Amino acid sequence: MNVVTNNKWIGQSTIRPDGVDKVTGRAAFAADTTMPGMIWGKVLRSPHPHARIRGIDTSKAEALPGVKAVVTAKDIVEFPVDKSVMLGIQDMRWMCRNVMAREKALFPGHPVAAVAATSEAIAAKACELIEVDYEVLPWSIEIEDAIKPDAPILHEFNTFEGKPSNIAGKMELKKGDVAEGFARAEVVVERTFTTRAVHQGYIEPHACLIGVGADGKTTIWSSSQGQFMVRAMTSLLTGIPQSDIRAIPAEIGGGFGGKTIVYLEPLATMLAKKSGRPVKMVMTREEVMRATGPTSASTSTVKIGATKDGKIVAAQGTFYLQAGAFPGSPIRGAAGCSFSPYDIPHVLSIGYDVLSNRSKVAAYRAPGAPIGAFAVECVLDELAEALKIDPLALRLKNAAKEGTKASHGPVYPRIGYVETVEAAMNSEHYKAPLGKLQGRGVASGFWFNAGGESSAQVNITEDGNVVVTTGHPDIGGSRAAIANVCAELLGIDYRRVSVIIGDTQTVGFSNLTGGSRVLFASAMVVTQATEQVIATLCKRAAKIWEIDPEAVTWEEGAARPAGANAGKFPPLTLKELADKAPALGGPVGASVQLNTQGAEGGFGTHVCDVEVDVDLGIVRVVRYTAVQDVGRAVHPGYVEGQLQGGVGQGIGWALSEEYIYNKDGKVDNPGFLDYRMPVCSDLPMIDTILVEVPNPKHPQGVKGVGEVPLVPVMAAVANAVHNALGKRFYALPMSPPKVLEALEVAQAAE
Amino acid sequence: MSFSISLIVNGSPCDVELDDPRVTLLDLLRERLQLTGTKKGCDRGQCGACTVIVDGRRINSCLALAVSHDGADLLTIEGVATGDRLHPVQAAFITHDGLQCGFCTPGQIMSAIGLIQEGHAADDPERVREGMSGNLCRCGAYAGITEAVLDATAAMALTDRRRSA
Repeated sequence: MNVVTNNKWIGQSTIRPDGVDKVTGRAAFAADTTMPGMIWGKVLRSPHPHARIRGIDTSKAEALPGVKAVVTAKDIVEFPVDKSVMLGIQDMRWMCRNVMAREKALFPGHPVAAVAATSEAIAAKACELIEVDYEVLPWSIEIEDAIKPDAPILHEFNTFEGKPSNIAGKMELKKGDVAEGFARAEVVVERTFTTRAVHQGYIEPHACLIGVGADGKTTIWSSSQGQFMVRAMTSLLTGIPQSDIRAIPAEIGGGFGGKTIVYLEPLATMLAKKSGRPVKMVMTREEVMRATGPTSASTSTVKIGATKDGKIVAAQGTFYLQAGAFPGSPIRGAAGCSFSPYDIPHVLSIGYDVLSNRSKVAAYRAPGAPIGAFAVECVLDELAEALKIDPLALRLKNAAKEGTKASHGPVYPRIGYVETVEAAMNSEHYKAPLGKLQGRGVASGFWFNAGGESSAQVNITEDGNVVVTTGHPDIGGSRAAIANVCAELLGIDYRRVSVIIGDTQTVGFSNLTGGSRVLFASAMVVTQATEQVIATLCKRAAKIWEIDPEAVTWEEGAARPAGANAGKFPPLTLKELADKAPALGGPVGASVQLNTQGAEGGFGTHVCDVEVDVDLGIVRVVRYTAVQDVGRAVHPGYVEGQLQGGVGQGIGWALSEEYIYNKDGKVDNPGFLDYRMPVCSDLPMIDTILVEVPNPKHPQGVKGVGEVPLVPVMAAVANAVHNALGKRFYALPMSPPKVLEALEVAQAAE
Repeated sequence: MSFSISLIVNGSPCDVELDDPRVTLLDLLRERLQLTGTKKGCDRGQCGACTVIVDGRRINSCLALAVSHDGADLLTIEGVATGDRLHPVQAAFITHDGLQCGFCTPGQIMSAIGLIQEGHAADDPERVREGMSGNLCRCGAYAGITEAVLDATAAMALTDRRRSA
């Protein structure tokens, strides 16, 4: 490990390079761009939860003046259902049917056709003129309905245990023998939990602007978490080769995992190709809520056994997660992360991927892990209560550490979980007295984090400054953090480093912004590229001084003679070497492409205080502290921002957010008024404690930080509510009607 | 049928012909005047991303019909800075990291300017949080937003005192 001490820029909350653009309205998001001749695309969506499409007649729509193109499933490349074609974690069999319904419409909001016209109003009118012949089919929305033996089957070809089924997959993680473990347990707690579907809730709706030339050359501006994902998926779904698609990442107005797949881009590409005009498509909020994301609803049963001294001897979890209309719920996150903070000899963790007539789920911040942690961390709270042990002491006693074999497989290197629990226990918050009707809860959480492919270019400008180009959209401040890393290595002011996000045709392949991978991976490639640049600069100086390149070091922004030559020549600064570049071999720059490895998982421990208004049923979070092992905080301000953001979303998930379905199988609350995300006055100031245990496998010690902070939140809030009321909630959200109902039931029982 | 209206947008007079009476103030700004700093997050008055100041009051421009604002004086995010000099609220949003993705930011800033002008929140963080609650931020930058509004309020009060002294 090469952690530089006495850092000048790493560890500084430098001013964000995109700040001025974002506070003046100049920052260009996808819907802000226009092109000459641009027309508007609109999607016709199924009103039915489940219907066979017998035919589509688009002739009346095509005849409407102003309409320039209409597309249906026949314009999108079909991937036969019997052969899987994977792109990352997405199966193109499902993706081609998700962007445009093919044999059947599988959820209300499923696209069945799209129109491009000279105005949004004409496009919308044309959609109404499309005649779709539906054979309406029975449907199921909830997990328990979808797994009944006589449930309507979404995909007849999908079988489970030999029969057509809505269970699309099962995964099992096993360590030791749980039967043996539970036989040794003296206290066992087993409970069942449910969570509702929640949306990522990014304020910027999906949007794109796409032009296709007569030669097929395609330009895409869109809001996504990965321009390369957009290019690859659009290529697969339209048949245009990747080399002909330039996907330009617009500024992204939030994603949280929800913008890791395409919805509009293949449709807009085909509309642009057919019409010969650039096409803009922007979803309405209602379309976002009905047809994109969300994350799974779930039913989880968790059983944990311990000996009387508080040592956990066995743990078992069964997690049913909704996938929506196509396979692919995040069972790996639920089954794989929930026991990972602990050293437990016997673990069995099983996930089931359940189809139903809802929109296909998309990734949401540590996909699956918060669902699993809600169940596990609430059971641990009950276990601590039964054992009369402080809930943090119970966690500390069973904490995973270096050398622990995790329930999901790997043996941990040096990790900082213990430190997070200790920091929480020692915090002023954990010792503070509570008021009337207040309660305190704690919970921990884990997320895998990710590495993978990234590319970067570091180029020295002719005037001696630096341009770094990377390939993943900046969603949480990565540009500022990368500038810190590059400036640190070069020993120059960070304001001399300009970091830009390249499009797909100007920078090497970079996997998407997700899995908390961006700073881990891009700092690694940028470090290597910067080191190559420094080596070149040292060689140039050696040439000028006519000494051996090995005898030159790079310090504080300049080449300096070292060893026997130390002090013999005045240093040559970056600017001086840039000036001399033409005579010394030409431009200075380096490009590095890596499949980065060594992204270690992250751990967090949270402390939450709530106050319950027993008359109104309102739970208010009055104090919150998030402790996390962040590896190395390259830009502490943005690390804190990630922690606060994750906690805010978790509080929404715990207390107010949920998809509500009506008797017709449709979402009843597809807008921000009834889908209630936290507003400014709902949240306390969220305190953070950053524990820095550097990742031994990263040049700066970086670990992903963005997803862990959502994982413990719902359990921390639920445990706090129990502490306040003496009443446990096994179902989310703990919204006012449900809290009131529970209080009334409790009162009636008295 | 077309409708003509005259507005003052960021200090400049502006005459507009509308072919459709249903055009909102937000769509007028974004699609016809190319002022895309004002954002459309929901088009239902529920997220606050489209907040602008009309005749001194902050409003959701997606809920306002352009034709009913003939003669109005509009201030949008593009008109807040003076040349290269940021407005104190803009500067405070950068200093306090009152943003992550930046999409809701123009609306937050316009709302904050409105709130400060209203004078009800002053230096009380609770009232600032309440007064900013019409503007959703899903990245969860509320802590930074609250600090930015408090800081800008103090900075602007100081400037006012200096001016009147």
